[in-house]
Amino acid sequence: MDGVVKTFGATVALDGLDLEVATGEVHGFLGPNGAGKSTAIRVLLGLLRADSGTARLLGGDPWRDVADLHRRLAYVPGDVTLWPTLSGGEVIDLLGRLRGGLDSGRRADLLARFQLDPTKKGRTYSKGNRQKVALVAALASDVELLLLDEPTAGLDPLMEAVFRDCIAEERARGRTVLLSSHILAEVEALCDRMSIIRDGRTVETGTLAELRHLTRTSVSADLAGPPGRLADLAGVHDLAVQGSRVHLQVDPDQLNDVLAHLTRVGVRSLVSQPPTLEQLFLRHYAPAQAAVR
Amino acid sequence: MTGTGALVRLALRLDRLRLAIWIALVTALVLSTASAFTELYPTAASRAQFAAGVATNPALRAIVGPPFDLSSIGGLTAWRMGTLATVLVALMNLLTVLRHTRGEEEAGRLELVGSAVVSRHAALTAALVVALSADALLAVLVATGLVGLGLPVSGSIALGLVPAAAGAVFAGVAAVTAQLTESSRAASGTASCVLGLSFLLRAIGDSAGQDGPAWLSWLSPIGWLQQTRPFAGERWWAFGLAAAFACLLVSGAYGLLGRRDLGAGLWPSRPGPAAASPGLRSPLALAWRLHRGALGAWAPGAAVLGAGFGGIAQGIGDLLGDNPQLAEILAAIGGEDSIVDAYLASTLHIVGLLAAAYAVSATLRLRSEEVAQRAEPLLATGVGRVAWAASHLAIALLGTTVLLLSAGLAAGVVHGLRVGDVGGQVPRLLVGALVQLPAAAVLAGIAVALFGLAPRFTVGAWAAVVAFLLVQQLGAILQLDQWLLDLSPFTHVPNLPGGELSATPLLWLLAATMALAAAGLFSFRRRDIG
Repeated sequence: MDGVVKTFGATVALDGLDLEVATGEVHGFLGPNGAGKSTAIRVLLGLLRADSGTARLLGGDPWRDVADLHRRLAYVPGDVTLWPTLSGGEVIDLLGRLRGGLDSGRRADLLARFQLDPTKKGRTYSKGNRQKVALVAALASDVELLLLDEPTAGLDPLMEAVFRDCIAEERARGRTVLLSSHILAEVEALCDRMSIIRDGRTVETGTLAELRHLTRTSVSADLAGPPGRLADLAGVHDLAVQGSRVHLQVDPDQLNDVLAHLTRVGVRSLVSQPPTLEQLFLRHYAPAQAAVR
Repeated sequence: MTGTGALVRLALRLDRLRLAIWIALVTALVLSTASAFTELYPTAASRAQFAAGVATNPALRAIVGPPFDLSSIGGLTAWRMGTLATVLVALMNLLTVLRHTRGEEEAGRLELVGSAVVSRHAALTAALVVALSADALLAVLVATGLVGLGLPVSGSIALGLVPAAAGAVFAGVAAVTAQLTESSRAASGTASCVLGLSFLLRAIGDSAGQDGPAWLSWLSPIGWLQQTRPFAGERWWAFGLAAAFACLLVSGAYGLLGRRDLGAGLWPSRPGPAAASPGLRSPLALAWRLHRGALGAWAPGAAVLGAGFGGIAQGIGDLLGDNPQLAEILAAIGGEDSIVDAYLASTLHIVGLLAAAYAVSATLRLRSEEVAQRAEPLLATGVGRVAWAASHLAIALLGTTVLLLSAGLAAGVVHGLRVGDVGGQVPRLLVGALVQLPAAAVLAGIAVALFGLAPRFTVGAWAAVVAFLLVQQLGAILQLDQWLLDLSPFTHVPNLPGGELSATPLLWLLAATMALAAAGLFSFRRRDIG
């Protein structure tokens, strides 16, 4: 997707969104509620028409080449609603047949792993179980690309672990996955690369290592002497001193100088942590939230 | 009853426009009919002539109800509008109550509300309060309007109360059916069946002769309300029957509500198959699967209606013997057979409108599937938009045909048995029913066109059904302009049996259907989903 804009009346849902997912990768798609993740996926599915910008999917135009493209992908919506009178098994088979086809061995395997009863009617499933129906239908379909919109929102932790195994298998089979999610641990564990979007715009994209490069390492140390002029060093942020203990955040390019300063003072113990995705996330969302306030 | 007040305000907020339109429509109908009668039949002599010429027509008794006093404007209005207003308000209340009870429950919103400080019965109470308040407002508006037109006060009050009381009864019916099934579609289907049966029972009873089953009218709430006889020596006690029945239904509904879980029905749902049948592999197969349940309920309903109308037909011929003056008029226009045919043709028009209502309901399934986000996962598969929309339209038209055939067949068999000519009557009435198809299809076309072009205003298709019903029922009697009558596709349907079968108008109707459907499908391809 390149510079995609989509507005609904006065609301700007996508404001020049850029998103690139390479073949065979698992791509994390992160953003706060209302950032435009689902809108972006719907544009990719040809359900919504972009106002401007270009979108390409599997080498085709998502708006024009609908039927051909859709046979090669499977989609799990964020809010799965099923037909009240159809059983879960029927929905799985129907959706699989309307895509490229269904692998019946994999269907049976997934039903067992997700502990899903396929004979229940659509209206009697809980939210998590509806989500499982859509997941089994997608994962058992013979497709190249999986578009998953917050697929684990209703799953319990055990099922989430099953889901992670499944995605790892999909990657091993060479399928491409676009995984929109809120659950950072999940994206951190599963995704090769990720894009963070806010207010309909991509604010960051790359591998986790690349994104970490952009952000600060947190350092906690127990020092032998007074910290001295630590606060005046370039690249030091959020310094907190409690007696001999210091906590600080360091910009990646200044890390060497700061550590040199600390060792001159004398270090009894030191814990250094790379930024978690959570911190990346908070750092990118915080300005928006501040602006709202 | 904690929380009822808040829920009442919520329901009024959600329904203010819808209820206002219903109330305004029914009020305007009654008042404009009364004022039209004042203009058309200003003198007692002109009213007597009208009464002799049209109103004693026994076929009209079946559809409109028995006349009690046609010598006054009030009596004329009560006869012509009483039953129609009753059915409309019954429908309004049935839909209102179901929307705020089972509809909300099925959508899962009631769970959210129910977790707040709201008592178990609050939603049902709120729905009933809203529905009954709408009825009360309607009664006041109709009564004051009629008094304003210079009609007697007590009759005006009675005629205002007639539709309101019907509303109360059918609010009760809906309150009960809301408890029975998990799906609001099934609940409204069951409640509509009760309404249809009430109409049919009194139609048979009202048109029965001296020896016929006139008592059947007394089994129908609509029949009781006719017997209140506004402007013809009001019988207030008949309102008591309706009120008592409404109370019975409502207390029954509360009893049932106390015995079930939120979200559940009294009729439990059974497990389904673990795998789909081999045939379930296309949008058409899915559409058939989704529509077959409703069609399975509508088709027997249409057959019962057809059988009921067919069963009355011969009795209408018999009734004519009692009225030498009318028999003379009829002899001039073709004799007794022609009035039976005219009656059959006009009942088949009603069947046609019913089929059109089905066609709209089935076609608008497209919109409800889209809103419920069930279209999205399908359209994200290899299914094209046009294929998906066309599959629902195809099943809707197939279902409409099935309804017309079953009503026509049942009417033909029953009428044929009574006159001893099954082989002759069945084909006549089947043709008479089938010529309604192009007109009913126009309504499906309107629904598709709105779905494609203006998805937020698909309710307009229902407005069209109501408008065409009113044109059909009131057009002639209010002497509306021809161009207004011509707007309704049913105006162009040949009057069969008895009339001339001409293909030209039917082909035009088919062309209109295709143009509307094409416009709808073409725009649907180009618009956003959701």
